[in-house]
Amino acid sequence: MMNLFISNGLLRGTPVDILVSGSTITSVTPHGEVTAPEDAEVVDATGLIVFPSFYDCHVHLREPGFEYKEDIESGLAAAAHGGFGGVMAMANTNPTNDSASVTEAMLQRAQQTWPNGPYLYPIGAATIGLKGKELAPMGELAEAGCVAISNDGVPVGGAEMFRHCMEYAATYGLTVIDHCEDPTLAKDCHMNEGTVSEAIGVKGQPVVAESMQVARDILLAEFLNLPVHLAHVSCKQSVDLIRWAKARGVKVTAETCPHYLLLTDEILNNYSTAAKVNPPLRSEEDRLAMKEAVKDGTIDIFVTDHAPHADHEKEHPIEGAPNGISGLDSAVALTWTQVEDGTISEDEFIKLWAEKPAEIFKLPLNTFAEGDIADFFLFDPKEEWALTEEAMHSKGKNTPFLNNTLKGRVKAHWLGGTRVV
Amino acid sequence: MPQEKHFIWPHKDLLDVSQLSLEEVSHLLDTAEQFHEINQRPVKKVPTLKGKSVVLFFAEPSTRTKTSFDVAGKRLSADTFSLSSSSSSLTKGESLKDTALTLEAMNPDVIVLRHKANGASQFIAERLDCAVVNAGDGCHAHPTQALLDNFTLRRAWNNEYAGKTILILGDVKHSRVARSNINLLTRQGVKVRLCAPRTLLPHTVNSWPVEVFHDLNKAVEGVDAVMCLRLQLERQQSGLLPDLSEYARTYCLTAKHMEMAVEGAKILHPGPMNRGLEIASDLADCKDSRVLNQVSAGVATRMAILYLHATRKDKGA
Repeated sequence: MMNLFISNGLLRGTPVDILVSGSTITSVTPHGEVTAPEDAEVVDATGLIVFPSFYDCHVHLREPGFEYKEDIESGLAAAAHGGFGGVMAMANTNPTNDSASVTEAMLQRAQQTWPNGPYLYPIGAATIGLKGKELAPMGELAEAGCVAISNDGVPVGGAEMFRHCMEYAATYGLTVIDHCEDPTLAKDCHMNEGTVSEAIGVKGQPVVAESMQVARDILLAEFLNLPVHLAHVSCKQSVDLIRWAKARGVKVTAETCPHYLLLTDEILNNYSTAAKVNPPLRSEEDRLAMKEAVKDGTIDIFVTDHAPHADHEKEHPIEGAPNGISGLDSAVALTWTQVEDGTISEDEFIKLWAEKPAEIFKLPLNTFAEGDIADFFLFDPKEEWALTEEAMHSKGKNTPFLNNTLKGRVKAHWLGGTRVV
Repeated sequence: MPQEKHFIWPHKDLLDVSQLSLEEVSHLLDTAEQFHEINQRPVKKVPTLKGKSVVLFFAEPSTRTKTSFDVAGKRLSADTFSLSSSSSSLTKGESLKDTALTLEAMNPDVIVLRHKANGASQFIAERLDCAVVNAGDGCHAHPTQALLDNFTLRRAWNNEYAGKTILILGDVKHSRVARSNINLLTRQGVKVRLCAPRTLLPHTVNSWPVEVFHDLNKAVEGVDAVMCLRLQLERQQSGLLPDLSEYARTYCLTAKHMEMAVEGAKILHPGPMNRGLEIASDLADCKDSRVLNQVSAGVATRMAILYLHATRKDKGA
């Protein structure tokens, strides 16, 4: 059995040595207290933070069907290098992941390409073909390995249908992840509705397109006494509603993405299609409200909403370009800014990227206790690096942060005791 | 030709009026005045742009603007080539980028683009070395229209903009003409009023440097000019208006309204007009109407625009 000894890493601020035997944690001791076993591979982690592997509960890996944008191999490569030990992949592939055969094929590809992880956790479609008409066979999907249900990409407009999705998913212990968007208010929109969209003539999506559905979902969740998870929340109205719901004891959880904390619709002033994403980048007031919601726990988890596209698809006038930002390569560094600026602590950072995702979707978690799965990575919080196309492992180079200098970088990553980066 | 040999036009492209300083606007309109004078002569053609080529790439239906550019180019002896959406490879699925690169490979001096996508002109301007003139992109900008309107107003107001008040009436929300005019006129010290039902105004209009009215009777009081906008008839189908007769009853500009304006206030319309819908027919033909002057101003202004952009790199120009 291979032994691994991580020397002098910072675990929640304390310098520690970590001994790994095979695939699990053997011991975590204050640095210098024990010496490395003779047969152990020793890794000097001085100056580096040790994080349990993170979860990204919202990605689009594009396989099957859109392998020119991304495939499971390249998506998991970006995940591994980005600090993610597991990713939850949305169902808007072609064919849609609305049957066990698609789920199984995805899992098989993941197992073939990255046998030691990062692990792929498929999300099943809520309705057949994501059309919002007939329920998908959620029992079959759960059995095949889907960990949640979602309509992401094609919001369910009808409230009654959405109610049925929640109820039926609950039958199999699955939580529904809702992409909150009123299809009539969001029709033909290409950015946020606000001063910028109205100055440059682009049809904008109002924040109420999102928040009205957030309100609907909260009221349904309370009425049904069932959980609902709200995808990529982007605006003040939504987080105000979620805060209210949580205070009432509604089983609602919510996620947001790095770009909603760092950017506003001002960046689209120049019709930047790299910044075209759905929900769209909002106003500064919304951005500040999102930071506040992350700080006070209204937002439970960070996700990337990793949505890779090919260059030729984004190189159009804004109306012709698809929505989406490629996020796996950069998300950890981008959200580390929130620790640096004091919005959240390092412990809250771990909660947002690892503990809460594991709790909400019932995924394994490394707490660094003896016998825990040895999924962790070393992070240099000081290293500055350029997010160039070459530095990205995803096929999708579509990010408004391209060529920005980021601070904080994943230096090494182990999953089940095996080094993957 | 235009006398100021030392003024080198600093812009490769004309994407919107917002990129132009007021001095540059003034220079452009002075140049247009000289061409306007040429347009009154028995022989209207000058050799200024002989050997230059201008591509008229209209990916959205247009008769007036396209013809205006075509006449402007030909009066300057440029060769003009037309490409419309139905005849172009855009209908065969070619991307705007590839169409633009293909056109540039034929070495034109200026590409004039009309496109339904906002920012389309900027998109191709960033990728091409030749001059790009925006002939209207989506709801964003229509700089040549704003400049010809400015030419028309400048003549009507004897070059005095400051302190004047203009009412822009109609579908501001979807109007590139309104956006470009508001930008230019407010910088010139003109007080701009807007009047339309709430559904045809931007949600954030209160952050614009304008006064907003819903009541035309109040909006028109004491104005020095009214600019009517064309109402796209599909606005009714998209649920923004109940029916056109209600719109006409409330927002059609009539002679009675004009009694409340300053005496001799001018009436503009970018065309094509819906008579009886946004402007009363008799008003369109009255002595204060400048609708046809706008058309001739359009040719002169576009001659100036083509001239400045096609010759800026020439030695001694």
